[in-house]
Amino acid sequence: MSAFKIFDIAGSGMNAQSLRLNLVASNISNANSVSSSLEGTYKSRQPVFAAELQNVLDKANAASKVNVLGVVESQAPAIMEYSPNHPMADAKGYIFKPNVNTVEEMANMMSASRSYQNNVEVLDTAKQMMLQTLRMGQ
Amino acid sequence: MAINFDQGLSVHAQALILREKRSELLAANLANADTPGFKARDLDFQSVLTQTLSSNVALDKTQAGHLTPSAEMLGGTLKYRIPNQASLDGNTVELQVEQAKYAENNVQYQASLQFLKGQFSGLMTAVRGQ
Repeated sequence: MSAFKIFDIAGSGMNAQSLRLNLVASNISNANSVSSSLEGTYKSRQPVFAAELQNVLDKANAASKVNVLGVVESQAPAIMEYSPNHPMADAKGYIFKPNVNTVEEMANMMSASRSYQNNVEVLDTAKQMMLQTLRMGQ
Repeated sequence: MAINFDQGLSVHAQALILREKRSELLAANLANADTPGFKARDLDFQSVLTQTLSSNVALDKTQAGHLTPSAEMLGGTLKYRIPNQASLDGNTVELQVEQAKYAENNVQYQASLQFLKGQFSGLMTAVRGQ
């Protein structure tokens, strides 16, 4: 029964969105992690989603799951701040703050949570459909 | 007179298979709502049903053992959705459109189920003869 595939597809979507939520949590919680060198500064992390390509090209088996290709670190430069009294300041008196944009991350979080809810609804509807089919002829 | 189940259930059994396939596709569209470059697809139900019902897609049966292809094997016509507002990352999934289609498909699935239930109860009456 191919309705079981809907569970797989919606499950992959939920998986991808929960990873995204995880990364948002990581970014926001590290938004104020100060460091004393450019290399050691936390960088904003974002997931990369892709549809599973072999299914996109296959007509008989068309529905495709979400694939998480990986996590990339943002290439935006870290914020340099002159603060010679800070205990983490380097020799020239600078501290480095992560390139996390908290406003962007909050919007990201709302989008991820809505997408997650959508997938849950799809799964619930598919479950109801299957249960109704099981009762057919009774 | 023998009861032919294929004729007894009429088009609704095939409609149910196609509805299920469509719900799978729409679920994939919704799951990929945030995937860059993903193109939303849908089943053109009208064309698929006429294709399934018409005899011009039937394969030649040259041997006695050849089977007729089932409705699922025909594949159906997959079409790309044209977005109302295209997004910059190449994704053509519009959440509200897909949600509406998914709900619509679910109701149509239930309608097919109801029809099938009616057919079954009719057949049951015929079998019992009461």
